[in-house]
Formats: sequence, structure tokens, C-alpha cells
Amino acid sequence: MDKKTEKKVIIELDNVCKYYKMGNNIVKAVDGVSLKIKEGDFVAIMGPSGSGKSTMMNLIGSLDVPTRGKILLDGDDISELSESDLAQIRGKKIGFIFQSFNLIKNLTAKGNVMIPMIFQGYDAGGRSFRAEKLMKMVDLSERMDHSPNELSGGQQQRVAIARSLANSPEVVLADEPTGNLDSKTGQTVMGFLQDLNNKGKTIVMVTHDIELVKDYPDIVYWLKDGKIEKVTEKTVKRRTNIE
Amino acid sequence: MIKDFFSLALKNLKSRGIRSWLTLLGIFIGITAVVALVSLGNALEMAVAGQFGISQTEVITIGAGGISGTGPPGSGVAKPLDMDDLAAVERVSGVKRAIRRNIESGKLEYNDKVVFGFAANVPNGQDREYIYKQLDKDPIAGRYLKDGDTGKVFLGYNFYVDKVGLDKEIIPGKKVLVNDKSFEVVGILDKKGSFIFDNLVFMNEKDMENLFDYGDVVDTILAQPTNPDEMAKLKEDIEKALRKSRNVKEGEEDFSVSTPEASMEEINALLNGVQAFIILVALISVFIGAIGIVNTMTTSVLERIREIGIMKSIGARNEHIFTQFFIESGLLGLIGGLVGAIAGTLIGVGGTMAINGFIGSEISPNIDFPLISFALLGSFIIGAVAGIAPAMKAAKQNPVDALRG
Repeated sequence: MDKKTEKKVIIELDNVCKYYKMGNNIVKAVDGVSLKIKEGDFVAIMGPSGSGKSTMMNLIGSLDVPTRGKILLDGDDISELSESDLAQIRGKKIGFIFQSFNLIKNLTAKGNVMIPMIFQGYDAGGRSFRAEKLMKMVDLSERMDHSPNELSGGQQQRVAIARSLANSPEVVLADEPTGNLDSKTGQTVMGFLQDLNNKGKTIVMVTHDIELVKDYPDIVYWLKDGKIEKVTEKTVKRRTNIE
Repeated sequence: MIKDFFSLALKNLKSRGIRSWLTLLGIFIGITAVVALVSLGNALEMAVAGQFGISQTEVITIGAGGISGTGPPGSGVAKPLDMDDLAAVERVSGVKRAIRRNIESGKLEYNDKVVFGFAANVPNGQDREYIYKQLDKDPIAGRYLKDGDTGKVFLGYNFYVDKVGLDKEIIPGKKVLVNDKSFEVVGILDKKGSFIFDNLVFMNEKDMENLFDYGDVVDTILAQPTNPDEMAKLKEDIEKALRKSRNVKEGEEDFSVSTPEASMEEINALLNGVQAFIILVALISVFIGAIGIVNTMTTSVLERIREIGIMKSIGARNEHIFTQFFIESGLLGLIGGLVGAIAGTLIGVGGTMAINGFIGSEISPNIDFPLISFALLGSFIIGAVAGIAPAMKAAKQNPVDALRG
């Protein structure tokens, strides 16, 4: 029995276009992309720079709305939402991991993990408890009260992973998560993502790193000039030693 | 949730550079000025009123106009009052008595030290009793001067406690030299809390005349009304009589007739003028401070544009971003106000103590807690209002652009 067909679709892009005006020219950053991301998938969006993958990432993450087409996040059409409602949905359903970690420098590691919960109205006790649990999960219990500039790149990215999970999102979106890390640290970070996926979390990763694409994702969308050039799917899933 | 934004704002403020704090100078100066002024205002008013000692009660004071020097009242005027004027005032119906007052500057020697100050005459008979009554204090040591005393002086309180710089207290029975002439001290007036009275040398009229040789000149005339309720009318009548005696037209008076109310009003008008000016300066500073906050918050939004992007990407709604910057701006104002309130209170307390030390009054500093709370609330509101435009700018950032930095 093929279980994949039974899985819920979390994100659906239906003929999505994103055009920008640049001087007198129209730049078609994303040009008619359709795809479905299902619960528990580990999806990569792969492409060289300028292929439109950052725009794709922004659209999937509901940071941006399409010029044309429809984006359904958990069944809701996000192209019709106000900026603030978009923020609310994004905070609840999507966890972001950025290439440059993007931690708030005035807050401690734990404070950074707690921030998304403030916007969802968690009480202080609940926030603290959950943040500590997440920090433990990324093996940073000892570093909770350190500020981001006291942490190494790999540690910062692990804090970012913990933060992305703060509101138990449906999807974790990772934008070049290893881009600023050396390969060994990068592997550790990828290990955490793989582990999350093994536990059922949907992961969408945007990258141009062919090595990452070989090892981790189940499905890879190859992007070129704003269009999906090809889709590759892996049948045997790689297992990591991180549990 | 508001509590969380306050804590976030405090964390952000902690990491601010000196530039942000310098922009608070305006708010700081404004609040300092207002709080200091109010704490000091009370002391100033009481101090000035206290200096009037005698004229605070129901008595009309007449002086010559056009004071040109810095000497005691009546000296250096174009045309001083004289005995004819005194007689003219005395003749006005409704004047119970008119008393000649002369004050002269001179030197007093004691313990081989010399101090300069003022001497005042004490009239004879009933006028003497009246003056003593008006002084409203008894001798703290010795006795008052009486009719027929010659070569005797009665001194202000500061001579008794050595606050005039003689390095030795003067007690009744001691001899002092006034303008090189020897006088015996018969008594000391109890503390008046007035710089003038506590440093004064009282002398019988005859001794004064002989010593200073002022002849016919009268420095001021004190007129006691028969009916204190008709001060205003009496003032007009005295003016009329003096115009005649001094041969001047209405509107060209070279003398002044003032009732105590009028004097106090004049002083209050002066103090109010000073207060109005300081408040104006305070308002301008606060306004400049508010512009400073707008400026620093706008810069802050630009500097933290990436942070805004991050916050939005992890679920911050526009109103969350707005609230954060708004509160931060308000707190910025509040801190300026808080430091200003502390500085203002210190200036008020220090200033009052300085006034007390200078004139020997015992005014307690006026720390106005409702005013301070109002000033703090006001500075928070000013800060917050100044932060509205920058906070709106922050809230409206497009997350994609903001994340790009």
C-alpha cells in the first residue's frame, strides 16, 4: 500500500507567478510554478542564484504574496490575507531557518527561542518551559543564557532551529541552512533537520548545494529561470545516527 | 503581552549607544527646569516675602522714586523725601501715624574685625512701640532700646550667633565700634529669618543723626492707617498730599506709595514672570527633546530593519512591531524625565538650602510628588508620541525587503 497518497497536503502552489518591476523591465522571478508539499516530506528547492528560489522561499513562507496564482497553506489561500494575518499564520504554521541565523542580538539564546511564542500569546511560564525543552533538544542546555555573539555559527543555527520549532509549526523552512557554516558543522545542522523530518516534521529547504541535495531530501524541485525544470524523488530514505 | 514588550524595549534600550542618550538632553533639561522651579519657587516666594518683614502687615510704605544707586532704600535717589513730606503725610486724614525710617550703610568693628552692613533708626515714644510691634519678635538676649538711650545699639540675630563674619559672638553689654564710634550693645533681636533684619544694627534716632549726619533726609515713611480696610483710598490721598508737597504733577511722581498687598503683588508678578520664562524654556527644551526622540527612533528603525524582518518572519504582526517601537520610544522619554526629575529635585533641595544658608530662613524644600509623577507620565507620553511616526514606519516594513536589510 502506498502511504504517500494518504498524506495531507500542507502547501500547494497553483500556477504561482511573482513578477518584479525593475526599471522598465518586468523580472519574472517565479513564473508559473505548481507543486504540492505533503505532511512529513523533506523537500528541497534547488537552483543556481537568480533561478528564483529565494522568491519561492518567500512565497512558500508566506512572507510575500504572488502576483498571480494561488498559494494554499493548510487549505487557506494566503494571497487573500492581510499582512498582519499573514504574520499570524506564518508564526503559527511555519518555522524559519535562515542562512545567516538571524537571531536577535539583544536577547539570549533562550530569549530568541521564546520570542515567536510571545506573538502567539503563550504565557511566560509556558514559554520558558518550552524554550528550555527545545534548547535541550538541540543540545544547547548549557548555553541558554548566552547572547548570540557568544555562540559559534553552528550553535547559533541550532538556536535558530529551536526557535523555528517554538510554535510547533507544520513546516520548517530552511533557506541555505548550511551556507554560512563549515562542512562538518553543516552536517550536524543537517542532522538535526533530518532528525526532525524522521519525527514527522515537514521540511522545505532552499539551497544551491548539490551535496546537500544528494543526501537529505526526498523530493527535489530543480528551478531554472523561475520555472521548475525537473523533479527528482528519492525512494530510500537516508537515516542519520542522531535520534 | 504588553509586559513582554516593555521587557523587550528595556533590553533594546540597554544596548543603545551614547548618541541615543544625548538626544534625551532636551527632555532632561525641560523636566529638570520644571521640577527645580516648582521646588524652588516656594522657597523663593517665602524668602522674598520674608525680607519684607515690617511691611507685611497693615502699613503703607512711602519712598522716593527714581533710585539710581545700589545703596539702601532712599539713598542715591534724585530727590529724597524730607521732613516736609513726612509732615504732609502725617496731615492726611486717615493716617494714624507717620514714622520716619532711615537706613544707612556703615561699618561695625568688633573683635578686631570689620563688617559692613546697615543701620536703621528707631523712633521715640509710641512710634517706637509701634515699630517693635511690627518687628513681631522679642529680644533673644538683653532688651530693646528705649527712649533716652544714647550710645547704645540693638543688634540683629546674626551678630549673636556669629554669622556676620566677626569670628566672635556679640552678647549684650559688649562694646562695638560703629563708624569708629563706640556703642554698647543692649540687646539682640530674635531670629527673623530675613537677611536684612538679622544683619541690622538698630540705633536711636538721635545717635543715627549724629553719626550719619543725614540732616533732613527721610529714606522711607511708614504710614499706619486709622482704618486698615481703606488702604487703597488712603494710598490715593497720600499720593495727592505728596504731589502737593513735592510740587509734581499727576503721572510724574518722583515718589512711590505702596501698600503691602501691592508690594507682594509686584513681587509675585516678578516671580510669575520668571516662572513663565523658565516654563517657556522648559517647553522649548521638551519640544526639542521630542524631535530628538523622533530622530533617534527613525535612525533606530533603519538600523534595525533586519531585526524587524526577522520579527515579522517569526510571526510578529504589524501592531506588535508598532507597540515595541512605541513603548521603546516612550521609555526613552521616561528615562529622560526620570533623570530630569531627580536632577530637578536635587537642585530644588540644594537651592532651598542655599537660600536658607544665605538669608538665614528656615524654609523646607518643597518636593512635589504629584508634580513629579505628572512629569514622568508626561515624559513617557512625549516620548511615545514622538515615536508614533517611526513606529508606524517600522510596522509597515515589508518582511521580504526588511529581511534583506
